Amino acid sequence: MRDFSYLRATSADAARQAATLPGAMLLAGGTTLIDLAKCGVAEPDMLVDITHLRGLDRIEIDERGAILGALARMGHVADHDDIKSRFPAISEALWQAASAQIRNMATIGGNLMQRTRCPYFRDPSNFAACNKRVSGSGCSAIGGVTRGHAVLGTSEACIAMYPGDLATALVALDATVHLGDRRILVDDFFLLPGTTPDKEHAIEPGEMITAIEIPSSAAARRSTYLKIRDRQSYEFAAASAAVGLELESDGRTIRDLRVALGGVATKPWRAHAVEAALKGKVLEPNAVRTASLLAVEGAVDHGANRYKIELAPRVVARAILKMGETA
Amino acid sequence: MTLELGLNQQPAHTRQGSSIGQPLTRRDGFLKVTGTARYAADNHPPGMLYAVLAVSSIARGRVVSLDIEAAKAHSGVVEVMTPLNRPALATDPDAKDHPFMFRLDLLQNDGVRYPNQSIAVVIAETLEAATEGAALLSPRYETEPARVGLDGAESFVPRGVGVGNPAVQQMGDVEAGLESARTRIEATYETPAQYHNAMEPHAIVAAWDGDRLSIDTPSQGLAMAQGRIAGLFGIAPQNVHIRSPFLGGGFGSKGMISGPQVLGILAAKLVGRPVKLVLRREQMFGPVGHRAPTRQTLRMGMDGEGRLTAISHHARTTSSTFDDFFEPAADASHTLYASPAIATSHDAVRLDTGTPLFMRAPGEATGSIALESAIDEAAHACGMDPLEFRLRNYAEVEPMTGKPFSSKALRECYEQAAEAFGWAGRPLEPRRMRDADGYLTGWGMGTATFPAIMFQAEARAVLRADGSGLMETGAQDMGQGAWTAFAQIAADGLGLDIDQIDFRAGSSDLPNAGIAGGSGHTATAGMAIHNAGAAVIARLADLATRNEASPLFGAGNEGVLARGGRLYRRDDESRGESYTEILARAGLAEIEGHGKGAPDPTSQEAYAKHAHGAVFAEVKVDPDLGQIRVTRLVGAFAAGRVINPRLVRSQYYGGMIWGVSFALHEEAVTDRRSGRIQNANLAEYHVPVNADVPSVEALLVHEDDPHVNALGIKGVGEIGITGTAGAVANAVWHATGVRPRRFPIRIEDLLG
Amino acid sequence: MTSKTTIPVHLDINGRHHTLELEPRVTLLDALRDRLGLTGTKKGCDHGQCGACTVHVDGERVLACLTLAAQAEGRTITTIEGLAREGELHPVQAAFLEQDAFQCGYCTPGQIMSAVACIREGHAGSDEEIREYMAGNLCRCGAYPHIVAAVRQAALEVAS
Repeated sequence: MRDFSYLRATSADAARQAATLPGAMLLAGGTTLIDLAKCGVAEPDMLVDITHLRGLDRIEIDERGAILGALARMGHVADHDDIKSRFPAISEALWQAASAQIRNMATIGGNLMQRTRCPYFRDPSNFAACNKRVSGSGCSAIGGVTRGHAVLGTSEACIAMYPGDLATALVALDATVHLGDRRILVDDFFLLPGTTPDKEHAIEPGEMITAIEIPSSAAARRSTYLKIRDRQSYEFAAASAAVGLELESDGRTIRDLRVALGGVATKPWRAHAVEAALKGKVLEPNAVRTASLLAVEGAVDHGANRYKIELAPRVVARAILKMGETA
Repeated sequence: MTLELGLNQQPAHTRQGSSIGQPLTRRDGFLKVTGTARYAADNHPPGMLYAVLAVSSIARGRVVSLDIEAAKAHSGVVEVMTPLNRPALATDPDAKDHPFMFRLDLLQNDGVRYPNQSIAVVIAETLEAATEGAALLSPRYETEPARVGLDGAESFVPRGVGVGNPAVQQMGDVEAGLESARTRIEATYETPAQYHNAMEPHAIVAAWDGDRLSIDTPSQGLAMAQGRIAGLFGIAPQNVHIRSPFLGGGFGSKGMISGPQVLGILAAKLVGRPVKLVLRREQMFGPVGHRAPTRQTLRMGMDGEGRLTAISHHARTTSSTFDDFFEPAADASHTLYASPAIATSHDAVRLDTGTPLFMRAPGEATGSIALESAIDEAAHACGMDPLEFRLRNYAEVEPMTGKPFSSKALRECYEQAAEAFGWAGRPLEPRRMRDADGYLTGWGMGTATFPAIMFQAEARAVLRADGSGLMETGAQDMGQGAWTAFAQIAADGLGLDIDQIDFRAGSSDLPNAGIAGGSGHTATAGMAIHNAGAAVIARLADLATRNEASPLFGAGNEGVLARGGRLYRRDDESRGESYTEILARAGLAEIEGHGKGAPDPTSQEAYAKHAHGAVFAEVKVDPDLGQIRVTRLVGAFAAGRVINPRLVRSQYYGGMIWGVSFALHEEAVTDRRSGRIQNANLAEYHVPVNADVPSVEALLVHEDDPHVNALGIKGVGEIGITGTAGAVANAVWHATGVRPRRFPIRIEDLLG
Repeated sequence: MTSKTTIPVHLDINGRHHTLELEPRVTLLDALRDRLGLTGTKKGCDHGQCGACTVHVDGERVLACLTLAAQAEGRTITTIEGLAREGELHPVQAAFLEQDAFQCGYCTPGQIMSAVACIREGHAGSDEEIREYMAGNLCRCGAYPHIVAAVRQAALEVAS
């Protein structure tokens, strides 16, 4: 790690101000930032530690929804009884992420800022070309080892997969990011790589994530997060799906459906086409499987990651059907 | 060195009589659970500096420039060691006097011959400064194309494989056997490159005092390491003192001293201060060995009764461009299944990788997963249950040599494991079983085997006037339980209670205990300890039986036995006296005896010596999503005498979990353009986590072996991985109908 | 108030107070091992991928390799050295010893710190739950079945 200075922020405003200084970065749980600093990807001149700020770690839940303070830690949110009962997909996405230790460190806000696991991105000393690190430098991943790379939302500039779990569930449940007073849908907070893969989030200098708001809904209450991976635990998703379901009073017709995919796209991937195809229809296995294929419309593989195109719709279908089985 | 073992804080030992065979808890356990066991990197001599390696980005070429100024300008950096200023060595690190003298990269030139090769060492006042200094070197290279993969270069037949076995061996006429067969199978399997990844990265703390060298570093072979280092630096071996009380895992990667460890010594020499050098995790993917990938083709023929008529096993493997180690995968077909004709062969390609090395069951593991898969295919082709097929082809003598086995309780292993697993009633055809949740369920089995090897070892035993004993041998504990098992053997050898003896190990100034490898350490050093005990007891008996004042007078050495700190007359156990009395009468403060452990050439010639086992696995596979989970593993193993069943069970479990890992998890993935491994970390190079490991059962099958050695010990460290990997693969086939031919088996292989 | 050289860092570790002058980039792990001689906490990967460096901060298990020492100021830190009380092994330590829940011992301090927290969190309710909530601690020797047995045993002891 290069040398840097350390500033312990005394207020959120002071933190935001300090973070606008050249080379300054906000430090929360550190599970991404310190890791990337050791890889030489992050090269901060100053870290502004916000983990000691008070009042930013709230977990508040009422009829309208949940507000998760930016500094609420993943493990605490995962284990929160009201989150488990009203937003099961959120709890499930969280407890299946990383390890218990990392979940005790990582914050909700920081988790949204998690970076890709693309091995070329993470290895600047050996692979100079990475458009995500240095705009216009090229992409080392294309033509390389790609089993873990994205099949959705890619561009010629970048195929790096977004590895997070929580944001996938947040996107499915129409959650909003609070950047101080500004509100933005989580779905819009994450940007497609396009020609600027270095710009990952719709956050501007001087802004700081302060909270995440998840609106209550019947679909949120009946939701799940299904994560498929080689290893049983402590691994990023090969493919995952966050699904929320609301049925009509007949118990079989789909009134509301939320579907988002993880592990397969360059950002948390909302599958509106699947939702549209099934809303108003009777929940029935064949219809669900057929509609789930729409989740990977437009997918492009890069060799070893082709299986994700096959796998992802099956994960979606399984998650929807599983929700259909719950009373 | 003496360890403060904290024996009083341990739970009470359960013991009746002899220490051997008792399930004692680990004598070093208190240190390990309190964080006070001192591993190499935990040492911090006064004035110590930190050294960090800079390693090559490229696979092949040369270093054109290093920004030494930038590194030195970083606050805290003391020195940068490069080929230009590296202290001289007495021996060329590329010299190879014998097959186990591996060539080392010690900054002898600017050449790069594999990724992650050491190209410089940065030495600094702090670890942070050294680490950043290494990053600031920003090397530039002249790059040549990397040679990658099993077809990455022209193949050749190596002169020897493994520890010098012939690359090509044949018994009988394989082609005729295949020709005459009623049923034939042929299948090709690929296994990936794997990296040992002991949890403890290779580490060294080195301090020079003139031409004397003091080292803390993990070593599976202290005497060999001592000799190698002494040779490189042109000093006497006794001037090199290595302390290695605990290894944080070895698995073969700490068998030989590695280049980075020697660079730590060189760095200390350069700066004239003690230096600590610890590999970063990603740096363990290159200079400290690996298990080479293989591509294996098996052909088998069977007659109408399902008897093998021929086995042909060919393995392609890889080595580095500059040194020789060839994974002896095909040799796995030499010992397990009776066949009138067996042919094994190897060829290899040279790639731009670090040199492969022994990795837990080298050859046996890679060969076993292919052989056991092929046997499963053969059984199915014959319409036979895989267990029945194996029993039909049970080898009563070693097939390749015709030698009788020194002992072989494999039939009992099959029976006991099958019974415990509930194998009976398994459908022959795949894809016939589902559990309540709809998961495809499959049962598979594999035979486990590993040779009972012995090396050379020495031990020194002392009996003291206060009635206590001391046993010394430079044994190495990498987790197998040497501190405990050897103390048990020592206690029995000295005729003392285990709490009355000091046991010293893990240091190069003790008698040479040979290497902790090849599953032969307990047998080899154990025999040295046993013999040293016998020697000192003989001396004691001599003192007593020749002295008229002793109640043992005239009994003769053969006429006494030692137990509980006393010698007794064999023909009249009411007559005896304590060690203390004997030594007091003789006016001696202590007496000593020496012993050796080594294979017996006569029995070596007469018998085939192997441990055996049977492993049964249950897997569940999600029919749509391809996710595989092992749900049950049952193994039964016969490996001669068990010194400590608690520790032995742990060894079997560990091996079996390595088998699961081989079948389902481990693979180093190389970028074909750069030759770099792209998952050189513990997040993406998968070893199983706790949640991957199901209920595991290991049955210890009784086996008396009068031929392997006087103690009847075979070895238990590596056998568990064999058999298990194939059992898991065969269970996956049985669950899905998809025959795994490439390992590890992954989701995409089963999406259908 | 920033400094790019060293800053004073006050750490409360195992009930003892320590004041160190550290570069801000020094991790809690390296501070423990290199500055304070508390070498029971191990480094296996230095990237949050193995769990060998697990310690407790304010009673919760975290990874010392991804925590800056400066961040830990004002928190209560417990390491493996602080677990046993007055020479008495913690029930988790005793259970690890009895169940042979380790081999080489290198991952063991991290496993034990993780296990203590796992039980305290209420995540040791079944073998399956123990396996999942202990998944952040790699053991290359393959002691997992015995680790599960030890956590199960200790959880019962702690509960009674």
